[in-house]
Parts: sequence; structure tokens; C-alpha cells
Amino acid sequence: MLQADQLAAIRAERLIFRDLSFTLGAGEALIVRGPNGAGKSTLLRVLAGLLPPAAGRLTWQGEDALLDPPLHARRIAYLGHQDAIKPALTAAENLRFAASLSGGDIAAALAALALAPLADLPARLFSAGQKRRLALARIALSNAPLWLLDEPTNALDDAAVALLATLIATHLSQGGLLIAASHTPLPLPRTTELTLG
Amino acid sequence: MTPFLALIRRELALAVRHGSDTVAALLFFLVTTALFPLAIGPAPATLSGLAPGIVWVAALLATLLPLDRLFGADYEDGSLDQLLLSGLSPLGIAAGKSIAHWLLTGLPLLIAAGPIAVMLRIDPTHIAPLLAGLLPGTLTLSLLGTAGAALVLGSRRPGTLLPILILPLATPVLIFGTIAATTDHPKPELLLLTALLAAAAPLCPLAAGAGLRAAAQ
Repeated sequence: MLQADQLAAIRAERLIFRDLSFTLGAGEALIVRGPNGAGKSTLLRVLAGLLPPAAGRLTWQGEDALLDPPLHARRIAYLGHQDAIKPALTAAENLRFAASLSGGDIAAALAALALAPLADLPARLFSAGQKRRLALARIALSNAPLWLLDEPTNALDDAAVALLATLIATHLSQGGLLIAASHTPLPLPRTTELTLG
Repeated sequence: MTPFLALIRRELALAVRHGSDTVAALLFFLVTTALFPLAIGPAPATLSGLAPGIVWVAALLATLLPLDRLFGADYEDGSLDQLLLSGLSPLGIAAGKSIAHWLLTGLPLLIAAGPIAVMLRIDPTHIAPLLAGLLPGTLTLSLLGTAGAALVLGSRRPGTLLPILILPLATPVLIFGTIAATTDHPKPELLLLTALLAAAAPLCPLAAGAGLRAAAQ
């Protein structure tokens, strides 16, 4: 269970948000909404432990989550607004580092995002949507309980959004947690919404 | 496989794919050292006195070449966030990057330095101390370079800032390295080079790790 208590974030001496509190239990999804620049990405970076909060506490199962960043990192799968794809490597090779950490099955993760036929193709030949799917395959690969997705549907077509919905539904049904920042509505049954700005 | 080894394997796989970038430092080393006999004349007496200095300066500059891409590429495409969230500590990431940088730059330079020194007519008794100095020397330079590359990350002109930051710190390595290869009793200098490596090994990854954390914010 993830609990945020009175979180605040400051970037470049500007207060992005403050007094942000929420609780998320196993199998629950939280969608962060708000206009451009409202701090959705900043919130996800704070939750990931990449940006220390200016105030407030983040707890995981009742314990301070950010006390040990490497331990917290193993709990999360983070999709940033950048895809973190190396153009020189093939799709399968791009996932190899993540797979060697989590022990996940690369072929299954690629298949979950309909990328199996492209596994041996260099990622520089991929379209924007295919790169996004490859970044999502890295999330599918991980066995982390908490997924933090920043605009996961960016550049995705309808078929890929449906694949993403299936992926998220499976993750939630296994007791996983999801926090996503998204402009477009995600096709999920039960979600809580958090509006910033 | 531990995350640390996985990181080094990832770096080596990327280096193989970016082959031209990888051999650029070695080619730079070979070409610059080959220019000296052309510029100052092939007289063995002049060349042999200058040979250790030429090899060391060229090795130092060649080590700097790949540094601005060491973290730069990962920073720009978002991979740095994924590395920081891989469960490795920032210190571990920096140490892994240092080792990969040495394997891809320092080790090839070390292998090429012997033949190059012979080409520059170095006194044969000085070849062994030159190489014995280059081993801890290139390792120290890789560590210093990694720390510098992490600290300038996110600045507007990392390529300009990096040599200004690294070169003053690298001067002790250069001084002891060249003395070891010109004197008849190189042991004190070689021990000092090893001491520099022993100091850099824990301190540089620590500084680099702090730089990576700051850059990710």
C-alpha cells in the first residue's frame, strides 16, 4: 500500500504542488490529470524517488519509502515521457538489461505489446508508436508492484491502447498498483482520479 | 547476473554497436603520437627523450574523447532515469561506467602504448615502467573522467567544461607517469600512481553518483 502525505515539490525555485495526499491499495489505479505544466510528471518523479519531495512523506506498507532509494527503485516500474530506447540496439537487446534485473521473459513481454515480429529489428527503424510500445514492454517485463506511467498512451494507436489496457488489467488483478498521468481516458474499469493545478 | 555486471555488459554491447565511436579514441592516440616524429624530426636522440611525455599526453587526451557521451546519451534519451531506478546505487552506476570506460579506452591504449613507444625510439629499459605506470594511470583517468562527466551533466556546454575540470586533476598522474618512464629508479613514482588510484577508486564514484542524482532532478 502506497500512501502520500502532504507532499510538496519545488523545481527551479518554483512551487509545483503542495499538500498532496492520497492512499492507494493493492489492485487500485490512480489517474493523475491536469493541464500542461500542472506537475503531473514532477509528481511521478517524486513518487519514483528521482526527485526528493520538498515536504511531506511517502510511505510504502507503513514505512518511509524514500529512505532507501535503491530498495524503493526495485518496487517500481517507471515509464517517463522519454522512451529510453537505444536506437542502435534491437528491440530484444533493448530489453535485455531490464530483463537481467527482473528475470522476466523478453519474448513474452514483446508479444504482450505485439512486437514479437520486430524483436530482431534495430530500434532506430521503429516509429514513435512502436518505440512507445517497446518502452511499455519494459514495464510488462518487470515484476514490480507499483507502475508509474507518464502519458503511456502517447503516440499509441487504438490497437496498442487496447493492449496496454489488457496489460494494466492483468497487473491490477494480480494485486499491483498503478499511477498514471494521462490526458486521454484510459480504458480501465475502476480508477480514482487526482486533479492537479 | 548481478545488476552491476548487467550494466557493464550493456555498456559493452552498446560500444560494439557504436563501433566508430569506440575506436575513435584509439585512432586519435595512434595518429597524434605518429605526428610527433613528423613535427620534431626523426632524430633518435630527440625522440627517445620525449617519447614518455608524448605517450602520456596523447593517452590523457584520448581518454577525454569518449567522456561527453559516457552519460550524455543516457541523459538525453531518458535511460539515466531507468539506470537510477535499476536498483543499483548511483555509486554503483558510476563505478560500472568507469570500468566500462577503462575496458573500452584505457585497455586498448595500454596495449597500443608499447609499440608506439618503440616507434618513438624509447630507451628499451623504460618500456616496462611506462606500461606499469599506464596501468594505474589510465584507471585513475577513467575514474576522474567519469566523475567529471557526471558533474557537468545537464550543463549547457559539457564538452567545454569537462577538460577544464578534468585536466588540472589529472596533472599528478601525468607528472608521476612521465617521471617513472624517464628515471632509472621508477619504484617511488609507480607507488605514488597506485596511491592516486587507491584514492580515486572510492572518491570518484562517490562524486559521480552525487552528480547523477543531481542531474536526474
